[in-house]
Amino acid sequence: MSIYLNSDSKIIVQGMTGGMGAKHTTLMVESGANIVGGVNARKAGTTVELGGKELPVFGTVEEAMKETGANVSVAFVPPAFTKDAAIEAIDAEIPLLVVITEGVPVLDTAEVVQYLEGKSTRMIGPNCPGIITPEESLAGITPHTIAGKGPIGLVSKSGTLTYQMMYELKDFGFTTAIGIGGDPIIGTTHIDALEAFENDPETKAIVMIGEIGGDAEERAAAYIKDNVTKPVVGYVAGFTAPEGKTMGHAGAIVSGSSGTAQAKKEALEAAGVKVGKTPSETAALMREILQAL
Amino acid sequence: MEFQAKELFAKHGVATTLGVVAETPEAARAAAEEMGGVTVVKAQVKAGGRGKAGGVKIAKTADEAESYARDIIGMEIKGLRVNRVLVTPATPPVEEYYFSFLLDRSNRSHLCIASVEGGVEIEEVAKTNPEAVRQIRIDAIEGVTPEKAAAIVDEAKFPAELRDQAIEMVQKLWKVYVEEDATLVEVNPLARLEGDKLEALDGKVSLDDNASEVRHPDHEQFEIREEADPLEAKAKDKGLNYVKLDGEVGIIGNGAGLVMSTLDVVAYAGEAHGGVKPANFLDIGGGANAQVMADGLDVILNDEQVKSVFVNVFGGITACDEVANGIKGALEILGDSATKPLVVRLDGNNVDKGRAILDELNHPLVTQVDTMDGAADKAAELAHQA
Repeated sequence: MSIYLNSDSKIIVQGMTGGMGAKHTTLMVESGANIVGGVNARKAGTTVELGGKELPVFGTVEEAMKETGANVSVAFVPPAFTKDAAIEAIDAEIPLLVVITEGVPVLDTAEVVQYLEGKSTRMIGPNCPGIITPEESLAGITPHTIAGKGPIGLVSKSGTLTYQMMYELKDFGFTTAIGIGGDPIIGTTHIDALEAFENDPETKAIVMIGEIGGDAEERAAAYIKDNVTKPVVGYVAGFTAPEGKTMGHAGAIVSGSSGTAQAKKEALEAAGVKVGKTPSETAALMREILQAL
Repeated sequence: MEFQAKELFAKHGVATTLGVVAETPEAARAAAEEMGGVTVVKAQVKAGGRGKAGGVKIAKTADEAESYARDIIGMEIKGLRVNRVLVTPATPPVEEYYFSFLLDRSNRSHLCIASVEGGVEIEEVAKTNPEAVRQIRIDAIEGVTPEKAAAIVDEAKFPAELRDQAIEMVQKLWKVYVEEDATLVEVNPLARLEGDKLEALDGKVSLDDNASEVRHPDHEQFEIREEADPLEAKAKDKGLNYVKLDGEVGIIGNGAGLVMSTLDVVAYAGEAHGGVKPANFLDIGGGANAQVMADGLDVILNDEQVKSVFVNVFGGITACDEVANGIKGALEILGDSATKPLVVRLDGNNVDKGRAILDELNHPLVTQVDTMDGAADKAAELAHQA
């Protein structure tokens, strides 16, 4: 088992023919993910060979879904066009939309997130590494070689910290690892992922990685306290971040006392989550829990 | 800054008084003479609490305006040097209100905050009289329609005689928010002047960097470079994602989350080594080629505080051998100007090849450590010894 993504997932790529899109479609094909085609209105009707697979290009998401039975779309379209691409996928009722694109204007994302209300699509991202269910499927840019299948569910705001944590715990492995993205407004939240991991019988324990900015970690802590029975280990990046400066991710900014790493750590600990001071200490905490199970 | 916010207000038809920006006391005097009568001389910095800090003065004469400008220009407010003042005609408000639109991360939408008890810090009003601070959620798709603007004005209980004016102003402020891609448009105070005229007396606008990049090339004018740290300015010219901090261990890494985490790990490691701290945030992103690495090292090595550098890369998509070649190439580009020890931790994709390249290079400044914690400890130790 896994969450959101498994070996039955049929994936199309919006922006497959662009530089980033082509590179990562190749890597996804090589990982064994079932990539079934791409979308680019200007190249509809052609095919592209990526990772040794001949992939058809469709004019619209709707057409691609009809022809291939796709149920996941990964979007690599440039930031200026991300809103339209997302709305197209939502209108086509794609069950899972993963938006990798970095640099999307936040007003656009706010519109898309509002548009998702009452629709059947789940969106992950934007500005994220996507989702991987090791040995089954990959919708995004996470390297499939870091870790295999196992009992841990991972949800993280950061891409490289996702990789780092998968690497630290590669001897145990993961059900699914999701990078939800570092932007101020995102589709799938920590809470959504926690809920899904709680309901996934294969997931025995959860690692949650947060960072400074916003109150998503505090809200997740409240959710865990009331709803999550599985052990959760947490890590928060950005203890040394100065106030008022954006640290790389658009969402990573501390304003006043809200959004600090310390406040997030305290909220998580109050909810019974063990919080590591460093990624390796966090991995060690998870190791202890898994060994005791 | 206030004068820039007011420029954006004026651009979208929001009633405000632009005034004159003066960088010297003489220019402030000239502006006050031109305006005649009583003027206000206000420090222009990106910080609140300017009044409390003595950065806002009412000048009865042009002489006074000059003298206040002399006091204010060069003063520091919350650590920021004041380089200019805004001179405006004094327009004493009859009443002061508060109004803002902002990005509400928690609710993943936009929020309007309005209060007829403005003029002071809105956080204070929210504490002492929360009923007076109205928070109204804005639909991200519909935005602020005339009906919504009316609902906001009524909810905030603006005086009836100002209702129409307020509705119009709310719509114009929403235009500033949407059309400029702002994450905050704040008017405080929104003033009721003599003759029941509404005016944005002071304000603040925060713009979304992503949107500025994508569709507002003109926003570059709001970037006032002289106030940026010189190293930050240099990094920005080279397209690097760099933030200067106060510390001794220079940091280079890939991915915002990993770099933030690296800063923390170095700070912990520093506790055992004389309290050394991370000197900066620098995310070189996915494509860590020689030039990017050289540019990054160049900025960090020019930071006089820096005593050692920690390069922390997890090869996800990036291959470690590319990063190692980047470091090698960077050291060649920098030549003798590279003088500080480098601790390198590589892990992930192609790690063996990457480590082999650095082993073979056998550069006297480079030490390789296998783990992030171990490397942080080594970098802190070297910084402390230097």
